[in-house]
Amino acid sequence: MGAPLIACHECDLLQHEAPLPRGGVARCARCGAELYRDRPDSLERTLALTAGAVFLFVIANSFPIIGLALQGQVIQTTLYKTVDTLWDEEMKSVAALVFVTTIAMPALQLSAFTYLLLPLRLGRVPPHFALVFRMLQAVRPWGMVEVFMLGVLVSLVKLAHLAGVVPGIALWSFAALMLVMAAITAVFDPRALWERAEAAGRTGAAP
Amino acid sequence: MSRAVTAAELGLVGCHVCGLLSRAVPGAHEMRCARCAAPLHVRKPASVSRCWALLIAAMILYIPANTLPMMRTSSLFGSQSDTIMSGVVYFWTSGSWYLALIIFFASIMVPLLKMLALVLLLLSVQRRSRWQQAQRARLYRLVEFVGRWSMLDIYVVAVIVALVQLKALATIQPGAGAAAFGAVVVLTMFSAMAFDPRLIWDTSGKSHA
Repeated sequence: MGAPLIACHECDLLQHEAPLPRGGVARCARCGAELYRDRPDSLERTLALTAGAVFLFVIANSFPIIGLALQGQVIQTTLYKTVDTLWDEEMKSVAALVFVTTIAMPALQLSAFTYLLLPLRLGRVPPHFALVFRMLQAVRPWGMVEVFMLGVLVSLVKLAHLAGVVPGIALWSFAALMLVMAAITAVFDPRALWERAEAAGRTGAAP
Repeated sequence: MSRAVTAAELGLVGCHVCGLLSRAVPGAHEMRCARCAAPLHVRKPASVSRCWALLIAAMILYIPANTLPMMRTSSLFGSQSDTIMSGVVYFWTSGSWYLALIIFFASIMVPLLKMLALVLLLLSVQRRSRWQQAQRARLYRLVEFVGRWSMLDIYVVAVIVALVQLKALATIQPGAGAAAFGAVVVLTMFSAMAFDPRLIWDTSGKSHA
């Protein structure tokens, strides 16, 4: 005994936690699922990347993604306009799906990271910490920025034979946002978040 | 370690959300994680039947998703409807074979293989099979990872419809296939989430489900 126990989230096998070397990964002895991973400075890096992602997210949503140059006319579309057009075309379910997966969920995810990590960085546990954490974990599978990016590239090729295609600022911000979001997934460690919250809660409770 | 011992066998429950181990209270109606307050379950509730229900709904919708048009193009020269497969054929014949392959895999193969994989996982779990447990665990991880990429065609339709709105020359409208296809992607994602991979290893005969 001594070492704390951990149950594999995929096969329920009980194992003793072992300390990891820098950058090491602990895998389940039976099913091979990742149990935990050593992510150095996880929370600081996640917060820094979140700040960058918020900035890129705002640009990606405010400017045109691509434009179509046809007979001296340039038609441009922003992400929100694609949702709006689908809505007007009586494709409300598809419009809602695009809105949720490319705008609402990434926005919620970035807000939740900021809400949890910024006060923690200052040594305080924000109210409703557990609730926001659960929301964050529920939201994460539904943000699909990287798939959307590939979709834009495919439509770019598809439209290129029809007219001149003009890439917009938001296209580049989306590409960058995709990379930063992937980096957040790679560096964020929920275990470190709870360790920090419990440590902050203890000092906060002391008189 | 002499023998594989699961948390459930020792009366422990791992939280789905934050991973904390708690002691299961026998006979308790509803347990919540002491740390993050998520509902605790020894195994996901009604995992197999919920997974089946969502999967069967997805299978039914997979048919209109592939047969109904994703997009309708109307121009001065008449109108045209495109299904997913005709889009693949178009890219293939116009020389963009790599795009044809990407769309073929993301929109046709991934949903199909994902549904077959879930059928295999569900049937083997229901028969308490000990066959290839580690491989099936890996299959489940793969299913969870690739499912999202099927959204690709939905985004292609969204972007093209928003751009090609030249009322005088041509308009492209989304077709009913797009709605069915979006539903397939969402239903298979929920179905995979409802499946509890721990059932793969519960072959001892003691039921937790």
